[in-house]
Amino acid sequence: MSERHTPGSGEAPARTGVVRPYGDMTGDGMVQVSFTLPVRHDKRAEGAALQLAAKMGLAPALLVHAKAMGPDHTFFVVYGSVTHLVELDKVEVVERDFPLLPAKDVNATIKRTLRRPLVVVGACIGTDAHTVGIDAILNIKGFAGEKGLEYYSEITVVNLGAQVLVPELVEEARAHRADAVLVSQVVTQRDAHIANTTQMSAAFREAYPAGRVPLLIAGGPRFEEGSAGDLGVDRVFGKGTTPGEVASYLVHALCGPADSAPARARPPRPERKSA
Amino acid sequence: MRVTSTAARPAPPPRLELDEEVVRRARRLAERLGQPVVELARSHTTVSVERATLRLAGLAGADHERVPWVNHLVDAVRAQVGLEHGVTTPVWDALRRDEAPDLLTLAQKASAGGVTFRLPQGRGEATGARRAARAAVRPGLRRIDRQRAARDRLIARHGDPQRRPWIYLIVATGDIHEDIPQAQAAAREGADVIAVIRSTGQSLLDYVPEGATREGFAGTYATQENFRLMRAALDDVSKELGRYVRLTNYASGLCMPEIATLAGLERLDMMLNDSMYGILFRDINPIRTFVDQRFSRQVHARAGIIINTGEDNYLTTADAVEAAHTVTVSQLMNEFFGREAGLADWQLGLGHAFEINPDLEDSFRLELAHALLARQLFPDAPLKWMPPTKHMTGDIFRGYLLDGFFNLVGAMTGQSILLVGMMTEAVVTPFLSDRDLALQNVRYVQRAAGGLTEDFHPPRDGFIQTRARQVLSEAVDLLERITDEDSGATGVPLLEAIADGTFGLMKRPADRGKGLDGVARRAEDYDNPAITLLEEGAT
Repeated sequence: MSERHTPGSGEAPARTGVVRPYGDMTGDGMVQVSFTLPVRHDKRAEGAALQLAAKMGLAPALLVHAKAMGPDHTFFVVYGSVTHLVELDKVEVVERDFPLLPAKDVNATIKRTLRRPLVVVGACIGTDAHTVGIDAILNIKGFAGEKGLEYYSEITVVNLGAQVLVPELVEEARAHRADAVLVSQVVTQRDAHIANTTQMSAAFREAYPAGRVPLLIAGGPRFEEGSAGDLGVDRVFGKGTTPGEVASYLVHALCGPADSAPARARPPRPERKSA
Repeated sequence: MRVTSTAARPAPPPRLELDEEVVRRARRLAERLGQPVVELARSHTTVSVERATLRLAGLAGADHERVPWVNHLVDAVRAQVGLEHGVTTPVWDALRRDEAPDLLTLAQKASAGGVTFRLPQGRGEATGARRAARAAVRPGLRRIDRQRAARDRLIARHGDPQRRPWIYLIVATGDIHEDIPQAQAAAREGADVIAVIRSTGQSLLDYVPEGATREGFAGTYATQENFRLMRAALDDVSKELGRYVRLTNYASGLCMPEIATLAGLERLDMMLNDSMYGILFRDINPIRTFVDQRFSRQVHARAGIIINTGEDNYLTTADAVEAAHTVTVSQLMNEFFGREAGLADWQLGLGHAFEINPDLEDSFRLELAHALLARQLFPDAPLKWMPPTKHMTGDIFRGYLLDGFFNLVGAMTGQSILLVGMMTEAVVTPFLSDRDLALQNVRYVQRAAGGLTEDFHPPRDGFIQTRARQVLSEAVDLLERITDEDSGATGVPLLEAIADGTFGLMKRPADRGKGLDGVARRAEDYDNPAITLLEEGAT
């Protein structure tokens, strides 16, 4: 669901045309870079750094700092004017199709729209024992400096762990009245991740009445972006996904305002006595 | 470069004027809260405690599918006679009945279902099996004792770092053979302590992987062979540098007792070992954790290993100002549990961290107050001071300044172990240059301000003293609240508090969590020769 931003002519002048980096004067093109080369610090090393700077398009380049990092490496700081131009009308961005929300807003949105905690059931299915991915997303410890979904006061997490069989997963999802089911697949031998995920989504469609299937999410380092449809799931998350992205997506998909298209129509459910 | 005498031997840190009665009260409450948990630990065992005991008896290695023999043997005994008597009595009874010529063969036969285990019949047989088990475990403890003596000898030969805090650096490539040159380089650059971060998810494995490993996720598996390889490499570099470089790993997760044992056998010097981290952050069953932890700490005590506790983690989930007192409470609990398990104060590397939001007015003064409080409450503990992570944004320039202030608090308050902060925290795995810049930052602050402990005296009833007292009194209030808690289903107030989400906002009931199925209540005739020898201090 990428969207291409090609600013029209009506926009402010800075959004079109050509710009260069700004040091202290328009058009000076000045940038600063630092890097390490695996060479001993001497005159030649400094020459090597300047050669790299030239190839990076820095002309003139100014080597302002060089320091040995042990016997075999040298660290450099280089300033210079880049010869490259930034053509603003050729800038392309792939936008995430849902906004990234801070935990506070995720909780507030769930509270406001669902008026009960959002229930997430997670598991590694099939023979996969790699809970690294699912734990990074679900456990409070989290991943990449972001806390996992357990940290969210309005999300109830049921982490079933490793090697969960599909029927068991369906049963647990039912028992906990899951709003969303997250499955993680790390092992990709003989495309096990694809087979397991398709089997899982089929089982859910069979077990639930149409339109009542929980939101199905598959995650793992080897899933292709955009393969959700083929796998029968609502969303696929790849390598490097953080808990915050997943939480934001859950809110987007399950708690969207009535007028926003992507939110799936979900029948209201009776309030439960306890979470 | 001259090193001034003050930098080499920092003056005692400046005093806060705390009410000694409040301090005593805090410790009494921690003891009252901890004692029922100790009783719980003494009345249960776990699969991992039993496996660790077999490891002390020399059972090592794994089958062709890399399932360790200790797992096979414990599972087999458990299936036939249960865990509650301890596995050693049935195991050595089977050996005495010539079910197999030795322990390894017994484990191999048992894994194929070829051994009948039983509880020995009659007093004589039971005593015989127990005596044999004790004799078998003894060499493992002797090896731990020898490793401790070797450490003392090497420290005497190479010397300790000249200054405090010790500089603690992390390596984590996933490949032990890559970790080794990186660790040696870090030591040459000035690291006094090398920590090898474990592969993500190892804490939830219910077995210890075997052998030298070359692939991990964001870290390297803790295995006996990896421990041995890294310690040998650091011994080489210690000799080269004329300074004993310490090695750290993680005794946490489902295999905590086994990893503690392997650390003792392979002469690791420090181990991360927190009383509640696994419960709160890894959803490991609370009883499993407390039972495993007591055994681990008994081994660490014996091995002369310094533990590092994980209070910094609370501040990454909760606000570092509002939750400052939970750090103090956790430190007091870790101290109680540590001492109870036999650790001396010099082995209690209690943790805390520089995690206050830098946009907050007076954040640096608050950090100083909190760091001084920890320093003064635990004067003989080698406190571990952890760098900012939560407020590292990717703006590396600002991050570098923040790390400088973190280093300054460390220097001004006499911290003992300083985990070096990286400006690329939360951005990338540190570059070679990031580490060098970070060490320059530490060294600059140590040289420029290491002697400040001599000049810096927070004025009486000033901001710092007042804040420290406030945190201490909030800690006492929290301890009181937990102690008064209805002791509920478990009869243990601390477990009820953990179940309610008092710590780190996580609710962890005692009958839930990972590893619960590996816990058993000890029977009357439970025997564990390792625990007996550890508690007696005997060999």
